[in-house]
Amino acid sequence: MTRERSWLWLWLLLSSVPASADEINVAVAANFLGTLQQLAPAFQQASGQQLVISAGSSGQLYAQIKQGAPFDVFLSADSERPKLLETEGLGVAGSRFTYAIGTLVLWSARPGVVDADGNILRSANLRLIAIADPKNAPYGLAAQQVLTALRVWDQFNRDHRISMAENINQAWQFAATGNADVAFIARSQLAASVDGKAIGGSSWEPPQSLYSEIDQDGLVLTRSAKRAAAESFMRWLRADSHAIALIKAAGYRVRE
Amino acid sequence: MSLSLDLDVPRRDFRLQLRLTTPSTGITALFGRSGSGKTTLLRCIAGLERAARATVRFNDEIWQDATQFVPTHRRRLGFVFQEASLFPHLNVKANLEYGLRRVPAAQRLIKLDDAVSLLSLTHMLERQPHQLSGGQQQRVALARALLASPQLLLMDEPLSNLDIASRNDVLPHLERLHDQLSIPIVYVSHEVNEVMRVADHVALLESGNLVAFGDIQDMLTRPDLPLAHLDQAGSVLEGVIAEHDSRFHLSYVDVPGGRLAISLRSVPLGRPVRILVEARDVSLALSPPQHSSITNILPGRVLDVSEDRDPAQRLIRVDVGGKPLMARITARSVQQLKIAPGVPLYAQIKSIALMD
Amino acid sequence: MIANFFSAADLAALWISVKLAVITVACLLLLATPLAWWLASGRSKARIVVEAVTALPLVLPPTVLGFYLLLLLGPYGPVGRLMLSLGLAPLSFSFGGLVVGSILYSMPFVVQPLQNAFQSVGTRMLEVAATLGAPPLDRFMSVALPLARRGFVTGGVLAFAHTLGEFGVVLMIGGNIPGRTQTAAIAIFNHVEVLDYASAQRLSLTLLIACFTLLLIVYATNRGARREWVTP
Repeated sequence: MTRERSWLWLWLLLSSVPASADEINVAVAANFLGTLQQLAPAFQQASGQQLVISAGSSGQLYAQIKQGAPFDVFLSADSERPKLLETEGLGVAGSRFTYAIGTLVLWSARPGVVDADGNILRSANLRLIAIADPKNAPYGLAAQQVLTALRVWDQFNRDHRISMAENINQAWQFAATGNADVAFIARSQLAASVDGKAIGGSSWEPPQSLYSEIDQDGLVLTRSAKRAAAESFMRWLRADSHAIALIKAAGYRVRE
Repeated sequence: MSLSLDLDVPRRDFRLQLRLTTPSTGITALFGRSGSGKTTLLRCIAGLERAARATVRFNDEIWQDATQFVPTHRRRLGFVFQEASLFPHLNVKANLEYGLRRVPAAQRLIKLDDAVSLLSLTHMLERQPHQLSGGQQQRVALARALLASPQLLLMDEPLSNLDIASRNDVLPHLERLHDQLSIPIVYVSHEVNEVMRVADHVALLESGNLVAFGDIQDMLTRPDLPLAHLDQAGSVLEGVIAEHDSRFHLSYVDVPGGRLAISLRSVPLGRPVRILVEARDVSLALSPPQHSSITNILPGRVLDVSEDRDPAQRLIRVDVGGKPLMARITARSVQQLKIAPGVPLYAQIKSIALMD
Repeated sequence: MIANFFSAADLAALWISVKLAVITVACLLLLATPLAWWLASGRSKARIVVEAVTALPLVLPPTVLGFYLLLLLGPYGPVGRLMLSLGLAPLSFSFGGLVVGSILYSMPFVVQPLQNAFQSVGTRMLEVAATLGAPPLDRFMSVALPLARRGFVTGGVLAFAHTLGEFGVVLMIGGNIPGRTQTAAIAIFNHVEVLDYASAQRLSLTLLIACFTLLLIVYATNRGARREWVTP
């Protein structure tokens, strides 16, 4: 190989994809990734701008943002972390809003297991229930609130009938594989499909009164070099009817 | 070109303490039992071990003293280890060239072809080390060391790991080396037979101390040294091929004191030859024997009579042409023949004993 | 055809993974060789400490390593601030940061086999080379390196496969930015998150087959070499 060619290969090897002016870097909580992937083409059509999506857990993304991650927008799975960022001056004041409201759902992979009142929770046949870890997942915390309100939380704990998953996706996997009889997951997961096939099984939506609202907040980051574009995306996310329809279809609610 | 040593090396089981100056040519054997410090000594000479208190001088170069230490790779020496230690990732030729290539052309004393023919390696050059027998590997190791053009050659029991066949394969090459090389060689061994065949001088080591040092003929026969009392104890006679007798398949060798017959050797006349005579193959007579099948008879004078390990035997040292010859005979014969220092007599060597 | 099999994003992720593995292995072989040599032949007491430090990434949870790297290399950390003051962008959230993280994370996988290989060369061969007039660096290059070849192969292969499979470190220090720091392993994770198992399978199988083939090739070539080198 000639000298010039090897330098070219070396440069190609080491170079990263240059950021273009029409790209907005969005950090999104893993549970909203699928929905955001559906929103991205719609936004591109509407504005001509592309979303570069980085997914992770809200906690990990928060830590990275604090350490200077090059994101323009942060869509969290909770409202705590965006609030913190705002207080810490890392989020643009006034840009924070609830982009989606999560709905908790009790689900089993098998039809007929979970009835319309959630009586399975009082059944002696229930061996294992999977929830996301309440310490770091808002859906997990909501699940704990529901179980406490139904006065079975302590009992389940004593009987070791609760399996703590890392996140709601893992909780879903536990139930989907039959390792757990039921799992508390997000309604948005129900709306998703696996390889084009709808998820079956049986489910029950606990009343909102039993748990605090799962607000998923997002905000523009002060580090962003494309604040105008970022803010235009957020406006679109909040108010565009097509966007709202997509979000609802994905199983979330929005602020009316 | 001589090696001068002054060492004090404490080890786990012994303490190597000696002062020695080796002669500038020929083979000096370091002889002793295992654990006597021979290998340590050799490695200190080579710089492979760094003795805390040592002075090693070769010719005018100080290899080690209190203020400096010349690392091994800068000492112009060759080392043949007990295990051939050929580089497994190189073939024979590459092994041989390893040292050769690291000597500047102007300082090279020996060519590849010369070393190859000297050690009979001609048909092995393309082979890999693991394809060679033990003896062949050791010959390659020897040639490799020589090709580095050393001024001093060190050999650490090079034949100990070999079976008899391999040993007999390598030994003649060592003997030839002895005749052809002008550099001094230090040869470590615990086998008397090897020492008898190749050494010119012997340094006797015991528990890290130098017990005695001298030329081989002397060292082998001195009654105060353990060498004379070994089972294979004997003497060495240096002679010259004087005549060949193809009728009886004999060669005649002139040694100081007379002429001996050995089996026919295809060696040119005038070539020096070393003859090993075991003490038990020498018998003594007061008058020249007649009508005897023994034809190797040398006149001499008794030097001394000593006790042997076996109380029935005695060791007699006889001066033959100025060189010592040792005989082992019964105490009874000593008394009957009144053998005592100064007595003139005839030493008879059973001819067969000289064939090898 | 390949372009139809994988999405553009997945292809980019594969390319980043391969790039990362190759560069990491190259850097590691360069860095680990003198280190492994010193560990194998050195005698100072510091060896023990260095050995423990080098082995640390084996037992450290990858996310911990990634987290500390993030702190160190980010714009608020000591290394990041230094780089900024020199006019350079910090390494966090860049491919360079992935390389640094991978090098640290896979270091023991190269150092340990190399160290073992150097140790098994033993002192005799090097003593022989010294008696033949070879100075220390020459001995290393002409004797130790060739005889330790197997260690290089093992270390290189292990580091390559290990880097391909890296997740926690890469996610933390890289930030999962498509086209820049999104490796194949993270892309698989993304697909699983959105229940796109088909894509996850495609990527996973590709990585699995690639690693397995690589291992096969390496062990096949190694086998032939081994038989001849029965050192005394």
